[in-house]
Amino acid sequence: MAFQINKNFYGDIPDDGSGATLPQTATETKNEWPLWEIFIRSKQGLDHKHVGSLHAADAAMAIENARDVYTRRMEGVSIWAVESKYVHASNPDDAESFYEPSEDKIYRHPTFYQLPDEVNHM
Amino acid sequence: MNDPLNKYILHLADNALILAQRNGEWCGHGPILEQDIAITNISLDLLGQARNFYQYAASLQGNDATEDSLAYLRIENEYRNGLLVEQPNIDWAQTILRQYFFSTYQYLLYEKLQAADDAQLAAIAAKALKEVSYHLRWSREWVIRLGDGTAESHRRMIQAVDALWRYTGELFIPADYENQVGVDVSLIKDAWTEQVNVVMAEAGISLPEKTYMQTGGKQGIHTEHLGYILAELQYVQRAYPNSSW
Repeated sequence: MAFQINKNFYGDIPDDGSGATLPQTATETKNEWPLWEIFIRSKQGLDHKHVGSLHAADAAMAIENARDVYTRRMEGVSIWAVESKYVHASNPDDAESFYEPSEDKIYRHPTFYQLPDEVNHM
Repeated sequence: MNDPLNKYILHLADNALILAQRNGEWCGHGPILEQDIAITNISLDLLGQARNFYQYAASLQGNDATEDSLAYLRIENEYRNGLLVEQPNIDWAQTILRQYFFSTYQYLLYEKLQAADDAQLAAIAAKALKEVSYHLRWSREWVIRLGDGTAESHRRMIQAVDALWRYTGELFIPADYENQVGVDVSLIKDAWTEQVNVVMAEAGISLPEKTYMQTGGKQGIHTEHLGYILAELQYVQRAYPNSSW
């Protein structure tokens, strides 16, 4: 008997819908709102950063919920919401081939330059 | 204690405090986590407004009056909040509709109040207007969602209208103190009615044409609900006078 075990780590969103966060069948979606990934820009000029996820019925509600959940303490000036099912993630099983080859290639790091003091946010 | 300005400030403060207390009852009980946070955020916004008004009233009264003594040590018939804000939560539909009716009113009120002669009232109104515009947007979206949603949510929204509509008329009938200070609320009635009609039409909910409108809250004559609210709100301060955190 063959078992397939799908183990999802935090931040991994599988494409096949096998994760607990992706209700795909008709009966499930009826009772559960879709999941949204929320990105907040903390101030003008900076990037939107992923801050977490939440449930909402549609995009408008996702933005409003994000305002209430993630910006109560003046964390941001701009919100992006992306429905989680549209995020494609790398497979944790690929970690070895994806990331380890870069570990011993220090020459790829741009750490040999002198940055002028005026350059911020690098 | 009895001058019109003092009564008026307490009226504004009591509206905010009692609705904050009602919304706060949802804390930990919201339909989903995100909305639990949303409704308690609104509750805290209103509490902040109430504090500003109570502090101002206390500074005018002098003696030993503080924001706490005004919030915790007055009795039922000294509260001048409208009847609408003390109505029970019942369910999400009724909570949302109460918020929507009130936020629409509060937005129009503060918009005018920020031009008031009284600089302190004008400043509080101007500051609060930003958060009220969010309350309005949030509750309006929900009224439309529920009214135009499932058969169950539609039914509950109709029930909510039946329960709350009779308490909306009072908001626009000036009390004696409102004739002398603050905003003439009779002037914002048309704008309120127009906005509410548009949103309720979009929500697919028809409003009662003729209803007897309950009054009295702004004069201190309340529904039976306020006593229970105050019992919970004031219990600690009454049982252990002057205690603090």
